[in-house]
Amino acid sequence: METRQQEQEKAVKRTVVRSIAALIGMFAFAFSLIPLYDVFCQVTGLNGKVSKRAQQITHQDVDDSRYITVQFITRGSAGLPWQMDVATNQLRVNPGQVSEISFTFMNHSDQESLGRAVPSVSPSEASQYLRKINCFCFDEQKLKANEKLTLPLVFQVVRELPKDINTITLVYTLYPVDEKEVSIAHGYLGIKGEVI
Amino acid sequence: MAKLPPKSMPLHSTPAAADGQLNTHTALPKGVMRWVLTTNHKEIGTLYLLFSLSMFFVGGVFALVVRAELFQPGLQLIDPEFFNQMTTMHGLIMVFAAVMPAFTGLANWMIPLQIGAPDMALPRLNNFSFWLLPVAFTLLLSTLLMPGGGPNFGWTFYAPLSTTYAPASTTFFILAIHIAGISSILGAINIIATILNMRAPGMRLMDMPLFVWTWLITAFLLIAVMPVLAGVITMMLMDINFGTNFFNAAGGGDPVLFQHLFWFFGHPEVYIMILPAFGIVSAIIPTFARKPLFGYTSMVYATAAIALLSFLVWAHHMFLVGLPLVAELFFMYSTMLIAVPTGVKVFNWVTTLFRGSISFEPPMLFALAFVVLFTIGGFSGIMLAIAPADFQYHDTYFVVAHFHYVLVPGAIFAIMAGAYYWLPKWTGHYPNERLAQWHFWLSVIGVNLTFFPMHFAGLAGMPRRIPDYALQFADFNMVSSIGAFFFGTSQLLFVIVVVICVRGGKKAPAKAWEGAEDLEWSVPSPAPLHTFERPPKFERSTS
Repeated sequence: METRQQEQEKAVKRTVVRSIAALIGMFAFAFSLIPLYDVFCQVTGLNGKVSKRAQQITHQDVDDSRYITVQFITRGSAGLPWQMDVATNQLRVNPGQVSEISFTFMNHSDQESLGRAVPSVSPSEASQYLRKINCFCFDEQKLKANEKLTLPLVFQVVRELPKDINTITLVYTLYPVDEKEVSIAHGYLGIKGEVI
Repeated sequence: MAKLPPKSMPLHSTPAAADGQLNTHTALPKGVMRWVLTTNHKEIGTLYLLFSLSMFFVGGVFALVVRAELFQPGLQLIDPEFFNQMTTMHGLIMVFAAVMPAFTGLANWMIPLQIGAPDMALPRLNNFSFWLLPVAFTLLLSTLLMPGGGPNFGWTFYAPLSTTYAPASTTFFILAIHIAGISSILGAINIIATILNMRAPGMRLMDMPLFVWTWLITAFLLIAVMPVLAGVITMMLMDINFGTNFFNAAGGGDPVLFQHLFWFFGHPEVYIMILPAFGIVSAIIPTFARKPLFGYTSMVYATAAIALLSFLVWAHHMFLVGLPLVAELFFMYSTMLIAVPTGVKVFNWVTTLFRGSISFEPPMLFALAFVVLFTIGGFSGIMLAIAPADFQYHDTYFVVAHFHYVLVPGAIFAIMAGAYYWLPKWTGHYPNERLAQWHFWLSVIGVNLTFFPMHFAGLAGMPRRIPDYALQFADFNMVSSIGAFFFGTSQLLFVIVVVICVRGGKKAPAKAWEGAEDLEWSVPSPAPLHTFERPPKFERSTS
């Protein structure tokens, strides 16, 4: 009887220790999913995530037989009183061709502020075939009060782009960076009208 | 299954007394402190069940506020902001404070009795995990009185609604969910430790009643996913208060990631709310069909299969976030695959009934309604699993109809069935037959009146979580609202039945139901405070 009870206590202890180990493991797993998710999205190009680093030009012949429409959309964001414009809304490019297009940033407020343009590519399968050689989206931008800044985007659509993709849409969304200066909630309520 | 003659048990003795040591239980605290300090699995089970029942009515009142506003198109009674808080709170309270604690309460009461253990493995931890719950939900409910109101982002609390645009009280919400989560985790550890180590000598895993089996698997699910929920809300907490950017696109985070993480918890969570229900129904149907359960082994494996598959289907809640085609197909097929083990279960229940000698006592009525109505909920689930069709159904009342069919006549009916089934064991009296029958029929009519029209409203395109709607949905909503008040009111009958049953009624013998064969029916009714101090000898039936 006594030994059975002692054995049982030992077994219970063992089960509890194992369960707690599993718990800690799952908690850590939840946090490890954050970097894993980013890696997964970048490797597969899912979710329209594009590489944040500058890429090399792939030297390849321009495929004259095929035209790809690349569309550009810019979006402002609550909390950042900036305007972002693009020189032309869409370009027709041949696969392999290196193109340049300029974007204009304008700070409408009387204060210096920091912002970042976050890109997203649609359809997401296309994101790994759109190579950005030079992009303002790699860095944060700082604009003085009422400053206007024009920055280039140099990109290339590589020839390996699947045949069924004819149009690629590149969306840039502006986000405030310095949270002390521009609180998102404040901007949403206060400067709504100025934001595009 | 175990076939044991009722054996007379010594009343009010303890394991310590049985070993000839000092009996510490003579100095039991009286009054409220007895309940605050109790480490007895039956008393803690009762506390869980009473807490869950009261929260069922709190969550029910929130639902009725929602249904009252939706009685007619237009905005009549409450502000849209308050409407959002009501839908959110209804969901949170029903999931975390009503259904989950009810199952934990039943587990506390019945698992030691069904496996022949004197108590849970960790009785003090058991007390702690119960008393965390009132703390958690007082905190959660108090957010309704805070400036800016309570959580208003739906029970799924998607970022950035719950981070960037959340009311100031969200930090309290996070704390409340953390505490409730710790409570569930501790409860799960306790249940696993009890089931794996404290079974009566001779009882193998495959001899355990199915309620024990389903709870063992549920407890593993809880241990696997509650930490993920804790992780998600910790990330929310840091996004809100410490300037991190887990879910904030501005800082390189991703709101879609929130949904992946949430549903990685959330889908197993819905099985946490239904697997113990399967166990209860698998106990009741053989009892009242007076036949052993058909396909016991396949029931165990089906439950395990459902639990494993539940980790592979989370993104079927996210068909519209822009998943690649391959992912849509994968999650569509894996979701449909769950219909196979679930179908095995339904088949086994029906086959158990086949040529049975069936009687229709209240627990059996609820169990039969469970089988039929849960299956309807299962079928609408398969419709929703079809990714291309889900583009139409997503976030409509069709989804609301689906999950209410699996949760109300599913989980809640199973809990009611379990309560009616085990009330004679808990109180020593049978529940009042006539009132219980009334309760059943009013509930069945009320549930269908409330939730069946929602299928049609949803297919016609009515979005969920919106306080106003287009005129063409008016009739469906009026029927739903009438049904909701009908159902809500009829649940008061349940309280009356329980109160009457506790106070008196027809005396129940140890084996309260003719066909009941599990170990709990070998102890007297009402079950004395301490049972199975000396482990019973478990005899395996040859059948």
